[in-house]
Amino acid sequence: MADQAVFSDLAMEYMPALYTAALRMTRNPADAEDLVQETYLKAYRAFASFELGTNLKAWLYRILTNTYINTYRAKKRRPEIADVEDIEDLYLYRRLSGDQATGLGRSAEEEALERFTDTDVKEAIESLPDTFRMAVLLADVEGFSYKEIAEITDVPIGTVMSRIHRGRKALQKALVDRGSTRGLVGATDEAR
Amino acid sequence: MGEQDVPDNPAVPTKGHEVPAGFLDCDQTIERLYSYLDGELTEERRVEIRRHLDLCGPCVGIFGFEAELRKVIASRCKDHVPDELITRVADALREEHSRQSN
Repeated sequence: MADQAVFSDLAMEYMPALYTAALRMTRNPADAEDLVQETYLKAYRAFASFELGTNLKAWLYRILTNTYINTYRAKKRRPEIADVEDIEDLYLYRRLSGDQATGLGRSAEEEALERFTDTDVKEAIESLPDTFRMAVLLADVEGFSYKEIAEITDVPIGTVMSRIHRGRKALQKALVDRGSTRGLVGATDEAR
Repeated sequence: MGEQDVPDNPAVPTKGHEVPAGFLDCDQTIERLYSYLDGELTEERRVEIRRHLDLCGPCVGIFGFEAELRKVIASRCKDHVPDELITRVADALREEHSRQSN
């Protein structure tokens, strides 16, 4: 059983990670701050049920995710269903390949990635539907394992894997869309 | 395109090419790409992937790209926590504490 007195010492260090996730989920700083504060309060109140020595970061993310779903997702600002069936595998790679590398031991495709700014990546993630967005955030931004993500989001591992896979496809498509608007992704398929 | 069937873009394999018996082909390798990069494969499976990558430049390029993309996504997604939020949360926790002890 965990003592509330040690809660702050243990939990405060995860605020940057939780805040980033909250921002991507709510898509605005005011809601993100409220979500983080609510998460910490709930976690503090429930801390007696947290087993010391287990994964505190995952536990906090679970509270954050549930709070988001119960409070903010109710607003349903965007459609839930995204059609990713038509997006082929390696979508981004296929659209970046063909450029010439400038050397330095990296491929042209890897160099092309450098042109995407923080804003490009953040907005691309924020454009994804909720379930994909969370899966991609937890896997690619936070580096949680499939098993941890299954526990955080309370769905079977198979569902987690499918959401991550589809979420990554949708993210690659969103990056290509942004990239073509800004001229980062040059030739389209038709132009080849 | 001439007599020989040259693919549009040789950097992107679209079909599995010839591999020795007992080796994964390109399609099978790409299918396991994410599980591999996510560290979700057993050592035995990882060895199978590496054996294919030792023989296949295009797949190495794809694995390298997807690994780099993961790094780019994570590194571009950092946000500065407002000082005001840290204070707010600390205050809220203190308040909750004194509310509980009264």
